[in-house]
Amino acid sequence: MTIGSLIEAPSELTDSVSSKSAIVLMTRIRLARNLAGHPFPGWAKPAQRMKIMDACREALGGVPAMKRGLSVGVDELAELEKRILVERHLISRELSGSKQGSGVVISKDQTFSVMINEEDHLRIQMMRAGFQLKKVWGAINELDTSLEDSLDFAFSPELGYLTACPTNLGTGMRASAMMHLPALVIASQMEKVVRAVNQLGMVVRGLFGEGSDASGSIFQISNQTTLGESEEDILKRLSGVLQSIIEHELNARARLLETDSGKIFDKIGRAYGILQNGHVLSSNEAMNLLSLIRLGVDLGVFPDSKRSVTDRLFIEAQPGHLQYAQKGEFEAGQRDLLRAERLRSEFANFDRPDFNLSANGKN
Amino acid sequence: MGGIMACLLHKTHTFMANPLKCDLCNKPATVHLTQILDNKVHKVDLCEECAQEKGVTDPSGFSLADLLLKASLNNPDAGTGGIRCEQCGFTPADFKKQGRFGCPACYVAFKGILDPMLDGMHKGTVHAGKVPQKALERRSLHERLTKLEGDLSEAIKAERYEEAARFRDEINQVRQTVAQKPVH
Repeated sequence: MTIGSLIEAPSELTDSVSSKSAIVLMTRIRLARNLAGHPFPGWAKPAQRMKIMDACREALGGVPAMKRGLSVGVDELAELEKRILVERHLISRELSGSKQGSGVVISKDQTFSVMINEEDHLRIQMMRAGFQLKKVWGAINELDTSLEDSLDFAFSPELGYLTACPTNLGTGMRASAMMHLPALVIASQMEKVVRAVNQLGMVVRGLFGEGSDASGSIFQISNQTTLGESEEDILKRLSGVLQSIIEHELNARARLLETDSGKIFDKIGRAYGILQNGHVLSSNEAMNLLSLIRLGVDLGVFPDSKRSVTDRLFIEAQPGHLQYAQKGEFEAGQRDLLRAERLRSEFANFDRPDFNLSANGKN
Repeated sequence: MGGIMACLLHKTHTFMANPLKCDLCNKPATVHLTQILDNKVHKVDLCEECAQEKGVTDPSGFSLADLLLKASLNNPDAGTGGIRCEQCGFTPADFKKQGRFGCPACYVAFKGILDPMLDGMHKGTVHAGKVPQKALERRSLHERLTKLEGDLSEAIKAERYEEAARFRDEINQVRQTVAQKPVH
C-alpha cells in the first residue's frame, strides 16, 4: 500500500461511525515497547537507529494484521502527507518532526499504526470508532504477543516493560477515549469534570493531545499511570470514569433541553445556517459548528445517518486534509475561504433541522 | 485502599517573606500544588509562568506525573555521583537534561536515582501487568544453552566423557526447543 492510496481510502474514524459512537467518538490504546540491549531512540546513534528500524519493520511485516499495509520511513514522506497522518491520529507530531531512522507501519484498514523510533523503539497503537476498550485491548494485545515471536522486548519482572521515560514504565499502556461533550461545555461544567477526572488519576487533553485546545468540544481522556496495575485494571478504571462522564453529558443535555431548549436549538440552527452560507471559516470555528450539528444529530434534530458526515468533516476540515483535497499550497486566509466553500457544498444537501423531533425524547 | 487521590491547588503572593522557589526555574513560587496519592503527599511549587506553561491552572488539563518528573529532575541531589551506564554510556547529567533514559540497562545503573522518583509517580512501584512470556522463555533457553556449552567443554577438558555425553544430549534437546526464527 502506498501513502497515496492510504490517504484516498476512508479511515477508521470516518467510515464506521454509528449511534454507538454518540459520545465516545473513538477509543485508542497504545503500547510502548523497546528492544532489549539497544539504546532508546533519543540516545541511539544514526546507524543503531537504522538497525532498530529495519528489525522492527521486518518483524511487523510478518504479522498478519499488518499485511498489505503501509510501511514507510518518515524521511520518505512529504510534509503534507505527514500532516494528514497526524490529523488522522496515525502518527504523532513528534514522529512527523523526526529525521532519519524513524518510520511508521499502518494497517490497511488504518486501525493499527506502529511508530518506530519515536520516543520508544515501538509505539504500537490501535484505534476504533466508538466506545470499544475491550475490543481494542484484545486486538492490540494479540498483535503485541505475535511480535514477541521475532522481537526481544526490554522487560524487567519488577518494572515491567522498560521505556525511555519512566512515566511509561510497567504496562507501557496509554488507553484513551475521544469524547464529544458539548452540553458540559455549554453548561460550563467542563472545569469541574476535568478536576474530578484528574483526581481519579486520569488526564484530560484536547483533540490533538498535549497542549492542544478542546475545539469542537472534543476531549481525550486517558490513564495517567502505567506501573503497579494490570492492563485490565487500568482499563476497568478508565471505563468507569468514561461511563460516568457519559452520564454527566447526558444529564447536562437533558437539563439544557428542559430549561433552555430555545438556546440550544438556536445554536444548532445558527450553526446550520453558517455552514450552509458562510464564506470564511477558521478551523476552530468549523469544529465548533460541526460539533453543534453533531449534537443536533444526537438530539434527533438531524437524522442519525448524518453523524458520519460530521465525523468525517471533523477530520477533512483540518488544514492538511483541506490542502490535499485542493491540490495546492494555501495561506491560512485562503484556507478559511476554501474550508467554507467545502462545507457549503457538503451542507447544500444536508437535511433541514427538524426541531420537533427532539420532543420525542431521543437521547 | 490504594489510589485515593486528592489534588489541592492554592496561590500565594510573591511579597511573602521567604517565598518558596519554583521547582522548575527557581523563581519565587506562587502556585502550590499538593497531591495525595496512596496516602503519600507530593508537593509541587511553581512560579506563575511555569504554572501557566504547564497548564496547572488551565482546566483543559495537565499531567502531574510529567510535572513531578521534571521537578525531581531539577532537584540538586539528582545528577550527582559519577555513575555511568556501562551499556550505553549514559550519565545522570544526561538524564537531567533529557528526562529520558539512554537504554534499558540504565534502569539498573540508575536505580538509586529512579527509586525515589518512582515513589508517587505511579499507582505502585512493582509491575502487575502483562509479561512477554514467549520472549522470556526464549531468553532463559538461550541462557541455559550458554551454560550447558560451558559445562560441556569443561567436562571434555577434564576427560569426564560420560558427563560430556549427557551435556551434549541436553544441548541438542534445548536447541530443538529454541525457535529457529531470527531474533533481534
